[in-house]
Amino acid sequence: METLDIISYFLLLVLLLSGIKVVTTSNVIHAAIFLVFTLATTAILFILLAAEFVALVLILVYIGAVIVLFLFGVMITRAPLGPNAELDNDKNKIFAALLSLSIFGIFTFILIQTFDSTVVISEGTSTKLLGEILLSRFVFPFELVSFVLLGALIGGITLARKDNALIDEDQI
Amino acid sequence: MSFSTELLIKVGIVLAIAPAMALACTLLDVKGSAWMQRRPGPLHVGLRGFIFPLAAATKYLQKETIIPDEVDEPVFKWAPAWVIAAVMGLFTIIPLSPTLIVRDLELGVFFLLAISSISTIGVLTAGWSSANKFSLMGGLRAAGQLIAYELPLILSVVGVVIQAETMSTVGIVEKQIEFGFPFIIAGQGLAFAIFMIAATAEMMRTPFDMPIGESELVMGFMTEYSGIRFLIFYISEYINLFVMCAIAATIFLGGYHFPFLPTEWVNFYGPLVMLGKTFGLVFLLVVVRWSFPRFREDQLQTLAWKVLIPLSLLNIMATSIMKVVF
Repeated sequence: METLDIISYFLLLVLLLSGIKVVTTSNVIHAAIFLVFTLATTAILFILLAAEFVALVLILVYIGAVIVLFLFGVMITRAPLGPNAELDNDKNKIFAALLSLSIFGIFTFILIQTFDSTVVISEGTSTKLLGEILLSRFVFPFELVSFVLLGALIGGITLARKDNALIDEDQI
Repeated sequence: MSFSTELLIKVGIVLAIAPAMALACTLLDVKGSAWMQRRPGPLHVGLRGFIFPLAAATKYLQKETIIPDEVDEPVFKWAPAWVIAAVMGLFTIIPLSPTLIVRDLELGVFFLLAISSISTIGVLTAGWSSANKFSLMGGLRAAGQLIAYELPLILSVVGVVIQAETMSTVGIVEKQIEFGFPFIIAGQGLAFAIFMIAATAEMMRTPFDMPIGESELVMGFMTEYSGIRFLIFYISEYINLFVMCAIAATIFLGGYHFPFLPTEWVNFYGPLVMLGKTFGLVFLLVVVRWSFPRFREDQLQTLAWKVLIPLSLLNIMATSIMKVVF
């Protein structure tokens, strides 16, 4: 076994353990930090697969923005941090297990169907290629996604904004 | 030389250089403040004040580590590690000459933006885990500020990337040599101003130091830290100052290149030119720090969302139009 393989398996082990910790820990902040570990390990795996751009996007968007907003939200809303008896019921465990196993099954099936044992080798990094493809062949879905984001943005502002008639003029 | 030996040597060099640069920046900062505000300490005491940073570091090293009862211990203890790991990682893409660089990544500038966003997690967890109202408020302010100013920082760099057609730091410098002018003159002056303002805010230096704000929040998210952990926060602040100024010098001021010097000797004068430019920018930020008062929290957010982000979007638009026209 090569060194790279050993590193890969070690990273997979870390990924699995931190992923399990995300859902089993009873403290929200600890879960968020374990999620950071999970995402960071995924990013390293992407780098090992020569997909630098995906790895850096994972770090920038998920660790740098999503997790930070998550922590920010937890800190400003006085959300319960510890275990919550209402949420901690055992009868959903079977459904959860079934659901995760079926998702795992679907992904495994698709991956084996598509690639089986073919080895995909990319020549160097492909960021330039990715940019060209995004803005030529996939330009329509790309623009469509930005409209979805715009819609979400407008929706968020509409929900968070107070109605003009309700604002007391003295407060402004 | 095998890959792992090379990696070990590079990591060793970065680990040795980073604290030295932090020391130099600290010295420049305190001496600048003393020079501008007539403080006798850093100007006259102990070897004309040059002993100050070493004395401060020694003081923090021998202090007791105090961990309050209510803190979330693992989170509290590891919070400084996030911050220092993020700023150390940025040394990867600083070019001292075309070959004197840890790794000339194809996605250099993008790497900078991705890695520097990690330190926010350290600041937030430090603020939350301290179990202290001052820390929590400091952490909240820091998060709001870092999220707001990360956008103009990214968007101002995009203009440079469009003009240079590459994201690698060495590539950007080579493009400026080819142009004959650094990007600050050749079209990206506005982007440089936005980058420096946003970088100052990201470093949480005055006039953007609300997260620390001594008169309001004791020491902000660092209130409960003492000894070596406080020292790590303190050092990473100055390493960050050096790194941000080095990046600005690279992408806006032409990096290691100096006009009229022979390019085949760049490995000799390159590091000196680069350090000169970097410390020039550091000095600029020192002057800003000791001349301006602190912003109010709402003014800070207004500046980011209503001034800097629209301006940097405008800059991107103008740059792309110019790119298509010429």
